[in-house]
Amino acid sequence: MSELTAKTIAELRDGFRGGEFSAREIAEAFNAAVESGKALNAWTVATPELALEAAAVADSAVVSKTLLPLSGIPLGIKDLFCTAGVESTTGSRILAGFKPTYESTVSGKLKAAGAGMLGKLNMDEFAMGSSNETSAYGPVISPWKRSDGGNAALTPGGSSGGSAAAVAAGMAPGVTGTDTGGSIRQPAAFTGICGIKPTYGRCSRWGIVAFASSLDQAGPMARTVRDCAILLENMAGFDPKDATSLDLPVPQWEASLSSDLKGKRVGIPKEYRIDGVPGEINALWDQGIAWLKDAGATIVEISLPHTKYALPTYYIIAPAEASSNLARYDGVRYGLREMGVKSLDDMYAATRSAGFGTEVKRRIMIGTYVLSAGFYDAYFTKAQKVRALVKRDFARAFEQCDLILTPTAPSAAFGLGEKMSDPLAMYLNDVFAVPASLAGLPAMSVPGGVDGQGLPLGLHIIGRELDEQSVLDAGLAIEERAGFTARAEKWW
Amino acid sequence: MSVTDQEVRHVAKLARLALGEEEIARMVPELNNILGWVEQLSEVDTDGVEPLTAVIANDLRLRDDVVDDGDCRDEVLANAPDAQHGFFAVPKVIE
Repeated sequence: MSELTAKTIAELRDGFRGGEFSAREIAEAFNAAVESGKALNAWTVATPELALEAAAVADSAVVSKTLLPLSGIPLGIKDLFCTAGVESTTGSRILAGFKPTYESTVSGKLKAAGAGMLGKLNMDEFAMGSSNETSAYGPVISPWKRSDGGNAALTPGGSSGGSAAAVAAGMAPGVTGTDTGGSIRQPAAFTGICGIKPTYGRCSRWGIVAFASSLDQAGPMARTVRDCAILLENMAGFDPKDATSLDLPVPQWEASLSSDLKGKRVGIPKEYRIDGVPGEINALWDQGIAWLKDAGATIVEISLPHTKYALPTYYIIAPAEASSNLARYDGVRYGLREMGVKSLDDMYAATRSAGFGTEVKRRIMIGTYVLSAGFYDAYFTKAQKVRALVKRDFARAFEQCDLILTPTAPSAAFGLGEKMSDPLAMYLNDVFAVPASLAGLPAMSVPGGVDGQGLPLGLHIIGRELDEQSVLDAGLAIEERAGFTARAEKWW
Repeated sequence: MSVTDQEVRHVAKLARLALGEEEIARMVPELNNILGWVEQLSEVDTDGVEPLTAVIANDLRLRDDVVDDGDCRDEVLANAPDAQHGFFAVPKVIE
């Protein structure tokens, strides 16, 4: 059975179609892995019955030859996606017990493509965090350990930390994540898996609990680049229910995959050489450059002059949008309600204070402050102008190159508790991921190697808007050359 | 720019957050630290730059002005902390 959980989505799909094993066997193997992986705290809810139900449909589809693209594939769904009849908590106490009566467009598309659901994945509360420690349900623990003989519990990254840990630990062959400022890419890098954030608007945000609406975008996380292409094809597409969803056909990313980068120019932004980043990260970056050259690409130095300002811009815009989006949690229509108060206003304030955790309150406070009378122009409008400059930097760079290569994160996975006391130090973890988010561009993390402690490090590829294909192709070129086979040793 | 206790209390009121004294005391230096850090944006010359509103060019679509769902009162109320007679119930608003 455990061999099945070591397979990629493409291998499971093809093996199932070829009659090597049944969908039921696949579902049972992963259900068992979820059950035995509780020590990692990666799941908020397990739904083994839903995985088996979809497997039964897949097994009868084999007989009647009515197979769908993801028939036989069970997936984990980040708890930010509303799933009909299944608790959706977004890692927050304020939504404990919330069972949506509707399905998010993305998870609905995956189901319609035949995928089963193994359960819901733990995450930073409202996706606000880079370490998973802000979850009301406790942090996810990375399956990885440092090789120094110590037993420190490490973060799987955030906010899609449960998603990343589930794939890295063989509890799901693929999962959904969401990325607002790096929340797919940084956890993918920390756990040695692949993850892509597509162009803003590729995937519908309908039914995904909103954090910062102009940035939030769903994407897949899986072991391989090909698996990401398979999942993304089945997640993306126009949705009339989301006004920001792009009315464009979904390309056949998997069928078009090619690691031949002849004729492609890859830009290396000089501003991403940042003081204090460990030498191992820069060395891997140089190695990545060599791999892409080997794949046929030409390397060019580029400049993204406003890189330094991307992070502070993000930490104005994202909290501002969050403070507005999270106004809906008032204890009236769903979620927690604190009683024992006299007035409606008191009920709002008491409910929100009891329901939100420290980081969420901190961001609501920043957001409310920067949007308040007297500060709106100085902070929010200014940040939107700098965001325009960050986007313009990328547009100018893409006149000289087709893709951009950088490291994914400025460190390997850190220990739980190491950065919690300093919000700013935590925010700096997203320094490489945030600029592409501000510009709405497709970007992917692919594992490139391990550091001196045996922990995974990721390489980060940014593409032109709507050019996910080139991003995936470069990812494949790196994957083939990196030969990354390291796995977390099972201790859980 | 830095915030005082007083201002934090005011912002908490605007945000409908009932913060305890301890939370306020902790939040004042944290917010000042973050606001001090974002202050570096004032170095950037943004004269003549339009604030970015749509990150990927996309025309705003309008739908036909017709009812396309509805008749789902029970679903809407399904997660209400308190629903009575087909409505959301809240503490008394008017004396």
